[in-house]
Amino acid sequence: MLELRSITAGYDRRAPVVRGISLTIEPGEAVGLLGPSGCGKSTLARVAALLHRPDSGTLVLDGEPVRGWRHHAPPARRTAIGVVFQQPRLSSDPRLRLADLIAEPLRATGRREEAADRVAELAEPLGLTPDLLRRRPHEVSDGQLQRACLARALVLRPRWLICDEPTAMLDASTTAALVEAIEDYRAATGAGLFAVGHDRTLLRRWCDRTVHWDDLTASSVPPGDRPGSPLAARRPAGAP
Amino acid sequence: MTDAGAGPTAGTQDGPVWRSRRTDRQSTRTVRVRTSAVLIAATALAVLLVPPVVQLDQQAVDLSAKLLPPSWEHPFGTDDVGRDLLLRCVYGLRVSLLVGVAAALTATVIGTAVGACAGALGGWVDRVVMRLVDTFSSVPHLLLGIFIIALFRPGVWPVVISVALTHWLSTARIVRAEVLSLRSRPYIDAAVSGGASRWRVTVRHLLPGVLPHAALAAVLMIPHAMWHESALSFLGLGLPTRTASLGTLVQSARGSLLAGQWWPTLFPGLFIIVPTLAIAGLAGAWRERFNPRRRSELML
Repeated sequence: MLELRSITAGYDRRAPVVRGISLTIEPGEAVGLLGPSGCGKSTLARVAALLHRPDSGTLVLDGEPVRGWRHHAPPARRTAIGVVFQQPRLSSDPRLRLADLIAEPLRATGRREEAADRVAELAEPLGLTPDLLRRRPHEVSDGQLQRACLARALVLRPRWLICDEPTAMLDASTTAALVEAIEDYRAATGAGLFAVGHDRTLLRRWCDRTVHWDDLTASSVPPGDRPGSPLAARRPAGAP
Repeated sequence: MTDAGAGPTAGTQDGPVWRSRRTDRQSTRTVRVRTSAVLIAATALAVLLVPPVVQLDQQAVDLSAKLLPPSWEHPFGTDDVGRDLLLRCVYGLRVSLLVGVAAALTATVIGTAVGACAGALGGWVDRVVMRLVDTFSSVPHLLLGIFIIALFRPGVWPVVISVALTHWLSTARIVRAEVLSLRSRPYIDAAVSGGASRWRVTVRHLLPGVLPHAALAAVLMIPHAMWHESALSFLGLGLPTRTASLGTLVQSARGSLLAGQWWPTLFPGLFIIVPTLAIAGLAGAWRERFNPRRRSELML
């Protein structure tokens, strides 16, 4: 279970981006979080991925409350969560060849000897040919790079996957291939998924349950306190 | 191009005017780079080849030939004990370059280590370290250098240590700023999420990104370090006077300058200025290529 309990987080304590949000994801469940750009959903994803310490609130991961974020979290906890970021270009070290990029988490956690087999195993279904694996990030397309980034997120066999708009930059066929690869992995391992995005159609088809950002804030912030959201007003009635 | 003030109405003539201006600037830069490269090559050849090929003793005293003006036999003249100044200058350049390169490398290693630690660890470590850097920077570094050098017996290594210990500060600042900017990139998040330790993030992802900056800072520091060696030796604090370095040569020539003998000061002075400007010119061109947005003055 991945449980976010009244999380308040942001980059300036006086003006938090995320205010008192609670969200629970059952083991193996796929939850999609919809929200307009800039509302704080990526920040919430970073909190859940142990990459950003919240100002207040608790995160309970597999029954145990999280006490530290980033390097304050033990490596085993960090690697229990695989993260796919929005922009593959920015989330890959420009100096590493794709094969090294994918194998990097194995090397970082002292499992160097598994690297070659595991990379080959992951690359094949994602359509990453040996030729692509020898290239550096600037020599491949966004879609190819994002597939390598997904392979990197899966290489340590995480129990949870957090995807922060992983397909925002990609065309439909690459999106389909990525989603299919994630679903295959989840079917094989029973991993939970927390997907953040603004593509309603995709998230509804992909996830067991989708929640809208405004509904999360509505439940946590007293109605009188709620900031007026023009996008919320335009949302069709009955939408999640 | 005499019609430089032609306004936007002279549309058809603008093209060639602009193109020729740009070519002018580019060719100026090319000339500067080529001149610098030739001068550096000449310096390297002189420093590496002259001592083993020309089997002359630079320390050979010939009192019958003291303070001779430049001639065919002694192109740079002789000093007050009759030593050939050309030979002394070449040997001096050798020592000064050695000091410059060693000090610049040491300072860069210290600066990179300190800057990377401060940037990668952040928090109070960063604050404490950077305040220390500010404190050191507030003391004039020649003064601090003199203090450090006074702790040792005169020699080449105390000069290297003194220059290195006073010149790592700017590199530390550059490296820290670069590490801070790299640290917030998503690929560092990805590494953290992949279980990488602080050490691994720094060594594998942050340092390779700052090395080009550090290398450039090191090359730009060589001329600066050579000037400091000369300054310290000129003040009589650097190398012992019997060791020919460009600083000691200028220092021992002070007396003769007042007596009207210009050559013992002029030639070592040129030997300080020309190679250092050549190195700075080439490094400046490198920086322009590397970071075209920041065309700027020589960082000396």
